[in-house]
Amino acid sequence: MTLKKTPLYDTHLSLGAKLVGFADYEMPVKYTNLIEEHNAVRNACGIFDVSHMGEIMVTGADALKAVNLITTNDAGKLIDGKCQYTLLCNDAGGVIDDVIVYRINSEEFLICVNGSNREKAYRWITDKVSEIATVRDASDEYALIAVQGATSAEALKAVVGAEVITSIKPFSFISVDISGKKAIVSRTGYTGEAGFEIYLPTDLATDVWNKLMATADETGILPCGLGARDTLRLEMGYPLYGNELDEGSSPLSAGLGRFVVLDSNDDFIGKCALLKEAEEGSLKILVGLEMEGRAIARGGYEITKDGITVGHITSGTFSPTLNCPIAVGYVDAASSKLDTEVEIIIRGKAHLARVVRPCFYKRK
Amino acid sequence: MEFPEDLKYTKEHEWVREDGDTVTIGITDYAQDSLGDVVYVELPEADSTITSGDTFGVVESVKAVSDLYAPVSGTVTEVNDAVVDSPESINDEPYGDAWLLKIELSDAGELDGLMTAEDYKAYTEEEK
Repeated sequence: MTLKKTPLYDTHLSLGAKLVGFADYEMPVKYTNLIEEHNAVRNACGIFDVSHMGEIMVTGADALKAVNLITTNDAGKLIDGKCQYTLLCNDAGGVIDDVIVYRINSEEFLICVNGSNREKAYRWITDKVSEIATVRDASDEYALIAVQGATSAEALKAVVGAEVITSIKPFSFISVDISGKKAIVSRTGYTGEAGFEIYLPTDLATDVWNKLMATADETGILPCGLGARDTLRLEMGYPLYGNELDEGSSPLSAGLGRFVVLDSNDDFIGKCALLKEAEEGSLKILVGLEMEGRAIARGGYEITKDGITVGHITSGTFSPTLNCPIAVGYVDAASSKLDTEVEIIIRGKAHLARVVRPCFYKRK
Repeated sequence: MEFPEDLKYTKEHEWVREDGDTVTIGITDYAQDSLGDVVYVELPEADSTITSGDTFGVVESVKAVSDLYAPVSGTVTEVNDAVVDSPESINDEPYGDAWLLKIELSDAGELDGLMTAEDYKAYTEEEK
């Protein structure tokens, strides 16, 4: 299969990016040095091309009803210009995708889905709500640029008016005109730092990228690849679909209960199963793991307690901010209490580890 | 990218330097560049034996773990503890301070099967 190119493909090549296949696209995994890119976001600002993400529009008089039927959070709490993290679940409470729902108005919602789940999510949503709302995959119409870090608001001034930027609160967004075309600037991200994501028509992507990059002297903005995106999100304990989340894992077991509203009258797909799980307790639970030494636990490695398998690692890496290995994984409920001592099997050897909250970094 | 003339190379991107009775081994500039930031190195202990073609340790970058394949067979006479303590030195000095092991060869003839700098350079260009 031929990989697709984002509208910023040529920009990445000219910056010397190393490209890899991800979610059907050729995406930059790094430009120069992963740790430098990671640190730029923690200390100044980074710019990411995340155009592989999908945008699905749900519209019509019953659009809210449709969104509430397919998502676990309560979209009824959203007002125009607000967005929320939420999950699409199957009847068994397994995760189809984790998404952000944007309420443009009461009859128009944008669902930002993972690039790797775009087609599956689109089919799923269409299948469930096409009788009450219009569902359209608008992914090819949008480029998505994320600007993340303390100086991101400063960088964004190159594209949008300063008074507009300060008006955007966390998990809010605003429609703006850029070069006479409509774009959405949203205060969201996947790094744990203050930041923005800009949904814009594909033909504006290069121009907007270059304008943001031109602020480098003042903002320290640096192009960042998927490699840094992964280490940044894992330091925060944010789940990655395919690692921490899949159709066999529920949002409750992944520690995402606050995005699952079980006490409203609205029924959503998977609610029965999740109510039951909330009552009985999850069988497996996602935990953070702290290890001594520098060996890195990677996805798939076995977790044992007193020699008996109790779970497996879902993501592990070296944390550039903390300068040590970090990992998250699922363990049996009985082994999930904080400070439980377990072992991680790395190349046949048991390494001692301690259960911690799956969040390794707190913003300064 | 550097390919020192006085070294011999393997397809798994290790280098070998002859020093009298022993050889010194490490990973190449091309290997460190492909890996990116090296954050962890695991090496065998002194006096252990390694066998040509078998894995003898790992090197990990932030993103991934890679096996190290023995370029020759023999006994480990010295382990570079400094590189275990400062894995990032592999990115800076892959042919210098960041050597990995010194080996007493069990079969000096194995050296003839390794690539010259010129052959290895051509090999890496094909791999790209």
